[in-house]
Amino acid sequence: MFGYGGKILRVNLSTGRISSEPLPEKLAREYLGGRGFAARILYDEIKPGIDPLGPENKMLIASGPLSGLFLPAGGKITFAAKSPATNSYGDSNMGGHLAAEIKYAGYDIIIIEGISSKPVYIYINNDKVEIRDAAKYWGQGAITTEDMLKNDLGRDFEIAVIGPAGENKIKFACISHDFGRQAGRTGVGAVMGSKNLKAVAVRGTKSLKVADPDKLLDLGRKAFADCFKHSGWKHWVAQGTAGVTVWSNQQGSFPTRNFQSGYLNGFEKISGDVLVKETLVNHKACFGCPSACGKYAKTAKNNKDYYVEGPEYETAALIGGDCAIGDMANLTYANYLCDELGIDTISGGSVVAFAMECYEKGIITKKDTGGMDWKFGSIDAFEKIINMIARREGIGNLLAEGVKVASEKLGKGSEKFAMQVKGLEISGYESRKAPAMMLAYMTCDIGAHHNRAWAITHDIQVGRDIIEGKAKKVVELQHIRPIFDMVGCCRLQWVELELKLDYYPQLLKAATGMDFTFDGLMKASERVWNLTRLFLIREHSKTFGRHFDYPPARWYEEAVANGPTQGSVITKEKVEKLLDEYYKERGWDKDGRPTPEKLKELGL
Amino acid sequence: MYLDADSKKCTGCRVCLTVCSLYHFKEVNPKKAALAVDAKFPKPGHYEVRVCNQCGTCASVCPVEAISKKDGVYIIDSDKCTGCGECVKACPLQVMFLHEDSPVPIKCDLCKECIPVCGTKVLSIKE
Repeated sequence: MFGYGGKILRVNLSTGRISSEPLPEKLAREYLGGRGFAARILYDEIKPGIDPLGPENKMLIASGPLSGLFLPAGGKITFAAKSPATNSYGDSNMGGHLAAEIKYAGYDIIIIEGISSKPVYIYINNDKVEIRDAAKYWGQGAITTEDMLKNDLGRDFEIAVIGPAGENKIKFACISHDFGRQAGRTGVGAVMGSKNLKAVAVRGTKSLKVADPDKLLDLGRKAFADCFKHSGWKHWVAQGTAGVTVWSNQQGSFPTRNFQSGYLNGFEKISGDVLVKETLVNHKACFGCPSACGKYAKTAKNNKDYYVEGPEYETAALIGGDCAIGDMANLTYANYLCDELGIDTISGGSVVAFAMECYEKGIITKKDTGGMDWKFGSIDAFEKIINMIARREGIGNLLAEGVKVASEKLGKGSEKFAMQVKGLEISGYESRKAPAMMLAYMTCDIGAHHNRAWAITHDIQVGRDIIEGKAKKVVELQHIRPIFDMVGCCRLQWVELELKLDYYPQLLKAATGMDFTFDGLMKASERVWNLTRLFLIREHSKTFGRHFDYPPARWYEEAVANGPTQGSVITKEKVEKLLDEYYKERGWDKDGRPTPEKLKELGL
Repeated sequence: MYLDADSKKCTGCRVCLTVCSLYHFKEVNPKKAALAVDAKFPKPGHYEVRVCNQCGTCASVCPVEAISKKDGVYIIDSDKCTGCGECVKACPLQVMFLHEDSPVPIKCDLCKECIPVCGTKVLSIKE
């Protein structure tokens, strides 16, 4: 098949069986790749009710048809499994060079099944695939392990790896790659750890054949040129997502002190300008990316240098703002700690912020902290808490379950400020004066993540208090943005550099030879969205209802404490109205279930 | 005339490698490109780009005189080349590449395709 690697690799860690099968053309046509492949395969191959950390869960690594090709930013890969955070479909998207390398090795999807009896890693060198002993890497940090494996196997291997947090099945453990790229969300790192799988190392030397090489060359040249001539290109490369920090504070949307506020006093100290001035080592891009947002940085702590990519915006928001670690050196160090331990900085930041608020309110006491002050803004407290979590020590064992489970155990009203939806911690946008963004978090299929529908700019554009019409935009974005996750490209060239969406059907045609209209891609995206909804309903058949889509009570009961959005709140009545509109827009019933007509329309 | 690389500006995206392979071989494969990008991570955290400076060492060591200078660029005559690999071993910058698909080494022919697709302008032509 043109454009694709052509094969599915299946590795069973329980039996040691390694096999490959051709990629079914029907799957490619209906689900494209990446997140589409993951949703379909997990729905078909995983039995309802299984333990996400047990042998019956499967972890998928899926590239897309545009991954690894000559076009802007074809470096995206999807890691997916039944999520231990949400007990439903979970995926996390990552950049870097792994998606491309897997395709050069001849595969589109790697399906990892079972559980190994001892720590192992999967070695893939084109057709040579082996399950190898990982005893010497087990217990090591994610950054350290990637470096060790590259020394042992060759620097040209691309590696996905977990840190101690993944090994200890922390519900928000990430998978790391390329010294700074992470599949952070939904606890995919915990799934990998549960399988005793420390790493997947890949090297591929094969060529990707495309349907129309001359056309791809022509389209690629034009698309790159369009990116470079956009007025935002220079700024984007200069600061990456760290440039968003100032803007977000100006909008009052910067999560601060566990979302008590949307504005961090002194946010200037963790701005993109400061990052560039004080810590930047090198601009760092993912595969084929024209607008390198990675900012490789260095900071010193106790006379030792620490290298880490970032902090990018989400890290600045959830650690810089939400834990109030408000200076660049400490924020960069906190970023390093999470990356080496293998913890998602979004959920990790949110969980630490939750613990700090619990301490502030006397729900967590010095008995739990070992006498330490777990105050907002303390880097020492952050370091202590994140290490206790990663190693499941003391109260860290409870916090390792995420804020939903932790708050249910701790009680005392902490559920109201456990900032999550469906079990996944909310990412970097305070949304009490951004109904579309709030709705995006409420309805995101993997839990409260921003990437499916970054709708806050729409709120700002059309009016931040308006409820009506917001659902329509959210649904539209929830269809457009996942297309990128399916084809294996980054969305930021469209979002930030206004690269025309028309390119993508043309690129797909040149790569695969298959005819797609943009409407057809939107339909495929809607099919996947409904399929992941069916997954959620199937897993929670006894309890399912619209309450799965509610935000935490803080967002509808408590006003924003200070900053530009001070006093804002979206009442429960408005939350219900947003959901009513949303379900109607989607063709779902009043409880949020897809109607039979909708499923028929989508061929599900 | 030769291709020059300012490695300090490189972001490691490897688009230069993909366009090189697509232009010359009509397929995408960074390991079939006539230049290389080495990532130096986690420390010191930068990239090193290796490109051919048309020094001619390859031509001087070729046992069958398959490499000759045309319009300032050393080109391999694939009819004469036996694929012995002497030039690859001798190349002082390690910018001649062997690949299992290609009977002759892959070498920069100064097509310049890589230059405009690099946004940070790592690559340029030097006289």
